[in-house]
Amino acid sequence: MTDLSDAPVASPDQMGKPDELGFFGEFGGRYVGEPLIGACQEVEDAFVDAWGDPAFRAEFLHVLNTYGGRPSPTTECHNLSEQLGCRLLLKREDLNHTGSHKINNVIGQALLAKRMGKTRLIAETGAGQHGVATATAAALLGMSCTVYMGEVDMKRQALNVFRMRLLGTEVVPAMSGSRTLKDAVNEAMRAWVSEVGDTHYCLGSVMGPHPYPWMVRTFHEIIGIEAKEQVQAITGGLPDVAVACVGGGSNAAGLFAGFADDPSVRLVGAEPAGGAAAGRGVPAIVHGMRAYFMQDEVGQVLEAESISAGLDYPGLGPEHSHLAATKRAEYFPVTDDEVLEAFKLLSRTEGIIPALESAHAIAWVAKAKDELQGQTVLVNMSGRGDKDVEQVQDVLIARGEM
Amino acid sequence: MMTVADVRAPSLEAYLTERRSQRRLLMPYVTAGVCPDWLELVDAVIDAGADAIEIGIPFSDPAIDGTTIQEATVVALDAGMTPGKALAELKERPFGVPLIAMTHYNLVYRHGHERFATDMVEAGCWASILPDLPFEHAGEWTAAADAVGVENVLLAAPVTSDERLAQVAEKTGGFVYVVSTMGTTGARGAVDDAAGALATRVKSVTDKPAVIGFGISNGETAVAAAEHADGVITASALMRRILDGASIEEAASLVAEIRTALDEAYPPGS
Repeated sequence: MTDLSDAPVASPDQMGKPDELGFFGEFGGRYVGEPLIGACQEVEDAFVDAWGDPAFRAEFLHVLNTYGGRPSPTTECHNLSEQLGCRLLLKREDLNHTGSHKINNVIGQALLAKRMGKTRLIAETGAGQHGVATATAAALLGMSCTVYMGEVDMKRQALNVFRMRLLGTEVVPAMSGSRTLKDAVNEAMRAWVSEVGDTHYCLGSVMGPHPYPWMVRTFHEIIGIEAKEQVQAITGGLPDVAVACVGGGSNAAGLFAGFADDPSVRLVGAEPAGGAAAGRGVPAIVHGMRAYFMQDEVGQVLEAESISAGLDYPGLGPEHSHLAATKRAEYFPVTDDEVLEAFKLLSRTEGIIPALESAHAIAWVAKAKDELQGQTVLVNMSGRGDKDVEQVQDVLIARGEM
Repeated sequence: MMTVADVRAPSLEAYLTERRSQRRLLMPYVTAGVCPDWLELVDAVIDAGADAIEIGIPFSDPAIDGTTIQEATVVALDAGMTPGKALAELKERPFGVPLIAMTHYNLVYRHGHERFATDMVEAGCWASILPDLPFEHAGEWTAAADAVGVENVLLAAPVTSDERLAQVAEKTGGFVYVVSTMGTTGARGAVDDAAGALATRVKSVTDKPAVIGFGISNGETAVAAAEHADGVITASALMRRILDGASIEEAASLVAEIRTALDEAYPPGS
């Protein structure tokens, strides 16, 4: 095992490494069938080796900076700040190449897959952002790529399906269960079992079997590290609150990692009310991990419902489950209606059309404005809303609001 | 009131070890609730020559299963099948052979380890197969299972390293479930060459029964798989017949075909 002592960890106390079995407190682990045990171990060994290698980290940052558009800026929202009575700052992951934070993780994993000698990537996707990001990384690095996407999501996000195909990726509909993100995960895991020799599973969130939750968070820590410096440059101090939307939880994990060891910074995750795994979930073992999931009384997983396909997941990653259980982070539900209002609000006041996912974080700030008066609030603008405008237009027309 | 002694399962390992000296083992799989008269299907499959039966308890997210078992799972869940209902229905009748409960770990975890183990024994289940529960994480379950005599079957895959295979062989109860191929469950035209090689590796490190599953769809594939192993499991091919509307007799005839083929290729007592 490579010594990781030189490798950067943004918040070693609250968001450090999992234990040797992959647990953050009571959550995590590697609950997979025997055929995948070796594959997960191979990914873990390769990641530990790579992240301990300064040359790998330098290459990762070089690609993110010269191709991905990093560092992303932090924008102070003067108009909306005045309206809400707080000092609102946005970490602009929406300005990254492919339009969301997802590029950080896929560049990391694609470089890792190359280093492991793999020639092919597979991925699951919900809204299509992770699928597009993976297709992009595959094109950049000359790898072939297959993305599994729930049939329902393929209809909701037809343009992202086209984008992936344009990038040379095969998109396979997940036809089982609710035909959304959780079923796409099942399909991708099934495919990985039979193709593990030449294929890397590029999982898109801080979920799944060890080492994925840890590895994906680590590739996204750059969000929190940059944001901390930028907020300090703007305000001369730390934010009072750091807010991000949470489905599986990757953009929130990246943001929180920058501040988790600063006890004065409140960490808030905004969950869709129809998929509030932290609020309504109980521990479960699903998709290779022990984590909070929405489930019925006998343990069957419930289907999440959200206007945002990217948050349409009934579980919460294990490290978030741990942060929720230890109360280091708080998770609050916001409704689809509140999200639509936030979508319109940010567009009108700041000229920034947010992804419906990211609008959840804005929706929580708008909803909690009374308790946030005078505070500095940092929101991770995890993605841009171009992909969602058609869907929102349809909703607003149906409601007679346009 | 039941005491612990009242609900202790006999040893599946001892049963299978004795039985394999007579003939190749045949262990068909039935999803609980796959059809309204699924208990009659279990009876018919036993009459057709099964040595033990795997009872699949349907889970909403069967990540390890192929399309046929997924389809059987959906049918059973839509019909209202639950772990408690499956075990209660099994408890109502005696079967002539041991049952083995196969499911995803979350249903055990949610039911409660001790309660699940006790309910299993009362239902006639002597062993569990939880494919998504590797032995590193199995401590709580095996403690509860051990307390009532339930054995926990572990799986070995073609990619399982020699070091890990030795651990699987040591920790498994009942038998070693030899996964024939790197894929999900499902009927295949031929059994992977990897199956025989893996079964041979298993036999070299343990005397526990080695039984091959994944891809056993007819007499021919069963005979090929059983060359290096103590027996076979057939699941998807049997469930496929039921899902396609076959009668219980038609479905059970597959098991009879495999029984006959195995006994002809490997004459009992030889």
